[in-house]
Amino acid sequence: MLRFAKWKIFAILAMTLSALLTVVPSTLSPAQYDALARALPLWGKPPTIVLGLDLQGGSYVMLEVDKASVLHTMAMSLRDDARRILREEKVAIVGGVGQQARGVQFRLADLNDAAKVLPKLKSLMGSYTNRLGVGSPPLEIDDAGDGLIRVSVTDSGLTERVRHAVDQSIEVVRRRVDALGTREPSIQRQGDDRVIVQVPGLQDPEQLKVILGQTAKLEFRLVAEPGESPTDTEELEQLDQPGKLSVEKQVMVQGEDLTDAQPGFDQRGGEPVVNFRFNIRGAQKFGEVTSKNVGRPFAIVLDNKVVSAPRILVPITGGSGQISGHFTVEQANNLSILLRAGALPAKLNIVEERTVGPGLGQDSIEAGKRAAYVGAVLVVGYMLVTYGVFGVFANIALSVHIALIFAGLVLLGSTLTLPGIAGIVLTIGMAVDSNVLIYERIREESHAGRSILASLDAGFNRAFATIVDSNVTMFVAAAILYFLGTGPVRGFAVSMALGIITSIVTAVTMTRMMIAVWYHRARPTKLPI
Amino acid sequence: MKLLRLAPENTKFPFMRFRRVSYPLSAMLSIVSVLLFLFLHMNFGIDFAGGTEVELRAKSGHAEVGALRVIAGKLDLGDVEVQSFGNQSDATLRFGTQAGGQASAQQAAIERVKSAVENDYDVRRVDSVGPRVSGELVQNGILGVVLSIFAVLGYLWFRFEWQFALSAVIATMHDLLLTVGFFSLTQLEFNSSSIAAILTIVGYSLNETVVVLDRIREMMRKYKKMSAAQIIDMSVNAVLPRTIMTATTVFLALLSLAIFGGHVIRSFSLAMIWGIVVATYSSVFICSPMLIYLGLRAEEAAGRDEEEKRAAPQVAAKPKPDARRAKPSTA
Repeated sequence: MLRFAKWKIFAILAMTLSALLTVVPSTLSPAQYDALARALPLWGKPPTIVLGLDLQGGSYVMLEVDKASVLHTMAMSLRDDARRILREEKVAIVGGVGQQARGVQFRLADLNDAAKVLPKLKSLMGSYTNRLGVGSPPLEIDDAGDGLIRVSVTDSGLTERVRHAVDQSIEVVRRRVDALGTREPSIQRQGDDRVIVQVPGLQDPEQLKVILGQTAKLEFRLVAEPGESPTDTEELEQLDQPGKLSVEKQVMVQGEDLTDAQPGFDQRGGEPVVNFRFNIRGAQKFGEVTSKNVGRPFAIVLDNKVVSAPRILVPITGGSGQISGHFTVEQANNLSILLRAGALPAKLNIVEERTVGPGLGQDSIEAGKRAAYVGAVLVVGYMLVTYGVFGVFANIALSVHIALIFAGLVLLGSTLTLPGIAGIVLTIGMAVDSNVLIYERIREESHAGRSILASLDAGFNRAFATIVDSNVTMFVAAAILYFLGTGPVRGFAVSMALGIITSIVTAVTMTRMMIAVWYHRARPTKLPI
Repeated sequence: MKLLRLAPENTKFPFMRFRRVSYPLSAMLSIVSVLLFLFLHMNFGIDFAGGTEVELRAKSGHAEVGALRVIAGKLDLGDVEVQSFGNQSDATLRFGTQAGGQASAQQAAIERVKSAVENDYDVRRVDSVGPRVSGELVQNGILGVVLSIFAVLGYLWFRFEWQFALSAVIATMHDLLLTVGFFSLTQLEFNSSSIAAILTIVGYSLNETVVVLDRIREMMRKYKKMSAAQIIDMSVNAVLPRTIMTATTVFLALLSLAIFGGHVIRSFSLAMIWGIVVATYSSVFICSPMLIYLGLRAEEAAGRDEEEKRAAPQVAAKPKPDARRAKPSTA
């Protein structure tokens, strides 16, 4: 064991040096870091350790597509489709089209009409899925044979629609979050029906939730006139006053026809408003309807609530307009962000939220540092008084071990969380275990009457199998924690796993090298432990 | 330089005889743990129970727990737990999932709390977990613990005889049970990081056990004529200095975490400290004697040795000359 090839020594030193170099950028102040980044233009910006939200402060929000509302929307549109088909085919039914939780049912007056209706219903399939011909059909058409026909959304149809809604939502959510102007937000899908939004260093987490929590479906509709049929109108709540307003179901223009929305102030009252512009199609439609209905009020409807209902004084053909509704500046600001980013395809619920203020994050960093320093000093001191010069070797290996963990975190781009710091402190305590196993074995062999050289040799060789076996068990625990854990706990698993791997390298190979060099230099006659 | 030795040299402690004390003791502690769990329950944090926790810091002076209780009571939040901690200017408010279970109701409740306290307190942290998410976290936690035990059982089975694997897992379950009892007794909050603590305890407990078992196996190959009880005693005594040394370094690291690491990870650190004490105890007093009850004999381990030799002659050939050389000095 005591012959160490030169190249091995060189390789270990090179590894240690590159680990230290990798960690250096993370320890610099922002100003120093910028200076370094300018000095090293060839490689781009040197990577640094990414701090988790629990350390730098920020918000983690998990959104879930509201399945019930997606199903409701699908069932409602099935009803409209069924009515349209019956009307187009001039098919008579007994009673009306009955709305059910997952679809509709109706009873044909003439059984022979089934041949006319069923193919039309089957052709609906395409508009209820985004992957026609793949997987199971989105609709189930049930024909009892006695004239009763039932059309309902299948589980796979609902899942498919929800999955599609998540895909679309991610884009909308990204546009909304980007409008907040924070650095490096992260938006990811999670499973079939969830989106995770992580925004570091947010000053006002409340605003994030406000702009994520709204569907922002904007509609312009005419206010119902007395005497209109109740099937064509509906009662909607009003935002700025109690009581409901009856408006037409027919939508004049929708939010998707907006090209821009900006907060501003009303020229007369000075009240905060949102100024918007329509695209060409929207401008044309809006112009037409307002020309025909001068003098009538129309309702600006946001998420099925009436924001305001101004009267049409003159036809609005310029393609731009203003939404007022007794807004605060903040509300006008948020509404314009929402309108610019577009509506979400479905309602999203906040099912998990974790927000850490910058103050607590900073405190956690301080606490983590203090615990790490004290823990390291205690362990280093203890190793020193127990093993003397061999303790010094173990402690040098320990410092390299810590540098390697940090270098690993930098290279993997893994985030450092508070539990991650705890994991590092814990590995400080555990990394020396390999040294302890070796040293105790060396002592034992030496007590059993072996020469120094034979004891050293046997100590390293015999302890190695034990070190591997015992570390594999720890590694398994860390790996499982990584795959099942979330957020900060994952950071703990990463530090533990990295620590286990690096400790085998440093505690076994490095210490062995140092002891070999020491043995050749000192030529000891007696083991110092 | 005089070096420090915590463990006395060349101990001959009769660990095997001590099992007549340690087994009833552990059985009793395990039963007490189960009873504590059943009657006191664990203090589940919002990760597993669902609900919301808001951490506040008074803008000046101390956090007034009583006043906060009164304020929170008026907000129609259901049961609210108010606790102060740390340097007395901090407090947490915890309340459950709002009636109806709707996500918007929970968000509205957080809003009410924030606006009610914002004049006197800074909101430092908000954690809110919906019922479905907390259910999944519970599931993942249980799955993790069960999976890790089976994974390690498999590994040990592959590396050692089945008696070793089984006794290691029994010792680990014992540690888990006692840790559950510890959480129930102390009412430390049980959350996601507690699962991390439990899995680390599983890892540590097995690590300890493997070190002892490794030595037992080695001794069995060397001294084929000795009784299992003698061999186990000898092995445990041989690794005792290492066991004490490592437990101490890990304890020192954890102590520093518990004292200086801040309140966010205190329950993790305390649980871990308890875990290493229990794991060290069980590897010596529970796991090793278990081998005798499972009927392990030296010949079996030796038999396995022969098999290995046939499978990989170059690896297995090594211990032989060592064994011959070591015999005269230890016998």
